[in-house]
Amino acid sequence: MSLLEIRDLKVHFPIKKGILLERTVGHVRAVDGVDLSVEKGRTLGVVGESGCGKSTLGRAVLQLEPITEGSVVFDGTDLSTLGARDLRAMRERMQMVFQDPLASLDPRQSVASVLAEPLRTHGHKGDHGKRVRELLDLVGLPSTAANRYPHEFSGGQRQRVGIARAIALSPELIIADEPVSALDVSIQAQVVNLLEELQERLGLTYVVIAHDLAVVRHISDDIAVMYLGAVVEVAPSDGLYDDPLHPYTRSLLSAIPIPDPEVEDSRERILLRGDIPSAAAPPPGCRFHTRCPWRQPTRCHDEVPLLREPEGVVGHTVACHWAEQVRSGELQPITSEVSLMVDAAPSGVSATAAD
Amino acid sequence: MTRVQEQVDAIPGRGQGAAPLLEVRDLRVTFKSRGRRPVKAVDGVSLDVAPGATVGIVGESGSGKSVTSLAALGLLGKRGVEISGSVKFDGDDLLNMPEDELRAVRGKEIAMVFQDPMSSLNPVLTIGRQITEILERHRGLKGQDARDQAAELLLSVGIGDAVRRLKSFPHQLSGGMRQRVMIAMALACQPRLLIADEPTTALDVTISAQILELLRSLVVDSQTALVLITHDLGVVAGLCDQVHVMYSGRIVESAPRRALFANPQHPYTTGLLASVPRLDQPRGVPLLPIPGSPSDTLPWVDGCAFAPRCTRRVPESVGCPPALLPLEGSEPSHLVRCVNPVPEDHT
Repeated sequence: MSLLEIRDLKVHFPIKKGILLERTVGHVRAVDGVDLSVEKGRTLGVVGESGCGKSTLGRAVLQLEPITEGSVVFDGTDLSTLGARDLRAMRERMQMVFQDPLASLDPRQSVASVLAEPLRTHGHKGDHGKRVRELLDLVGLPSTAANRYPHEFSGGQRQRVGIARAIALSPELIIADEPVSALDVSIQAQVVNLLEELQERLGLTYVVIAHDLAVVRHISDDIAVMYLGAVVEVAPSDGLYDDPLHPYTRSLLSAIPIPDPEVEDSRERILLRGDIPSAAAPPPGCRFHTRCPWRQPTRCHDEVPLLREPEGVVGHTVACHWAEQVRSGELQPITSEVSLMVDAAPSGVSATAAD
Repeated sequence: MTRVQEQVDAIPGRGQGAAPLLEVRDLRVTFKSRGRRPVKAVDGVSLDVAPGATVGIVGESGSGKSVTSLAALGLLGKRGVEISGSVKFDGDDLLNMPEDELRAVRGKEIAMVFQDPMSSLNPVLTIGRQITEILERHRGLKGQDARDQAAELLLSVGIGDAVRRLKSFPHQLSGGMRQRVMIAMALACQPRLLIADEPTTALDVTISAQILELLRSLVVDSQTALVLITHDLGVVAGLCDQVHVMYSGRIVESAPRRALFANPQHPYTTGLLASVPRLDQPRGVPLLPIPGSPSDTLPWVDGCAFAPRCTRRVPESVGCPPALLPLEGSEPSHLVRCVNPVPEDHT
């Protein structure tokens, strides 16, 4: 059985207008129907661009955002059925690592106090000092760090403190939201390696949320790609790179620069037009069809694609009507000179129409 | 000590045909504030940029890559900053140029694109006003002519519906569009040199690919020289002819991009390459992080600044600062500042 199951999860934020009588004029569909599951001891990576809902998803799993619809089942328990007290007890088993360690650590608290706080909050008795030293050792910091304050550390060390705090209560699940993106390149690998090492030693289950597909692929067993509040593809890490099925995944992979001129010069780039549409008014049908180089008339616009295993592929799901045809090359991407254009409207027409 | 202390650095990027467009010699920038130790942000940088060349400067935060360009353009202000060395643009000394003359060069001959377009654009002016301002100031265009030219510029950076967009305020545009506007403004006067400081760092991957493609095509079409400052080795791999790797205020390695990636010689460069996961490599290759953090440096006068973090450290690394020179038997355009460089078969 999976440790974590997310079933048809929706998180919609109301858009309010007016001052006295706040009317709800619409909803931002930050997460709009996500199904995912994570087995114990494994790592699920969630990738996507800003605004795709990946962070909201992570927070909603920990019940840090109000859930509009759907459920989060942790180790057989539906979290939304729990009262405040039970939920707090459950939180001991799931913790979070945040992106910016400087913002998520209290500047006036010493490291010892930061690390002992979860123990105090959850009513653990005994020698907290010993546990603090143990934690510091686990994350590779000297025990002298206990009496120092967050500003005295470098970014990488601060993130180690953030990780130590997350594992203080010996949780089973850790949700890491962009754990390395605030760090210098040469430091990122240290933190990635630390996360992997801790997983091995403590048997942790991870959900790693990040925009950097290379980092996510390195650390994850499975990857879910999100676009505009929905999961468009779920695959084992290797399968995703070797055989990306969704057009969005393909363009995402082709957009990531690779530090090798030979590869860079020869690879084919799929450039997407324009920006991510607003989550308050997602396009009808397939959410990606407005930017998709493979889109086909009417069906992509009319029908919402569901996550499915395409023919001839096992253990790899994708939400695309044309996954088979895109994979086999039967459908070719529309490459046009206007691929650099932001707006779809031909410039000449709009220039005259605007004045 | 076998190494001769008087060894003079070779000039990265030199000798590529014509006279250099930008010539930086021994640039040093020191920040001083009362009660604190002075900080040497740039510690003797020399480099040449040939006309039409694309040059990448790679480094982590604090390596001095941005300060180098800001100092060269006189954008650092006067207070608390000490700048020495020389920066020549087309033969004119930028560092000692009177402010009004410098202002005529900046924006016209040399343009700059910054990392965060939102904080570089004026939030209370329409983007049309901000572009026409440059056209009026540097090219003497007025009224409708300026507006037409501005619309054309927006089209050239891939913003359709340009006439309507001119009336937009920065907050009405997406991040990628704002960065396109910044590039349009930079190109307004057909500069001979464009300095782009982390132009895609604040953007999403797919948008960043659009912007890089735009820069690539603009540079090729207009023969503008480009200096691209970034922390991402992947970005320079596809774009830059010559790459300079900076560490702690100095260039530690400089090479044509193919040579740099095929045969990196400085342990810092190989360290950077080994510490980032690559999409095109099989999974399971462990990452080899560079130990320590960028703040664990040695002052260059005492030896190699990277020595405290270096796995190839030898006794000679400390004591005498290594010079930036080509290795014996390697291309004269491939320079490295190291006493124990990484052998070719290492990677």
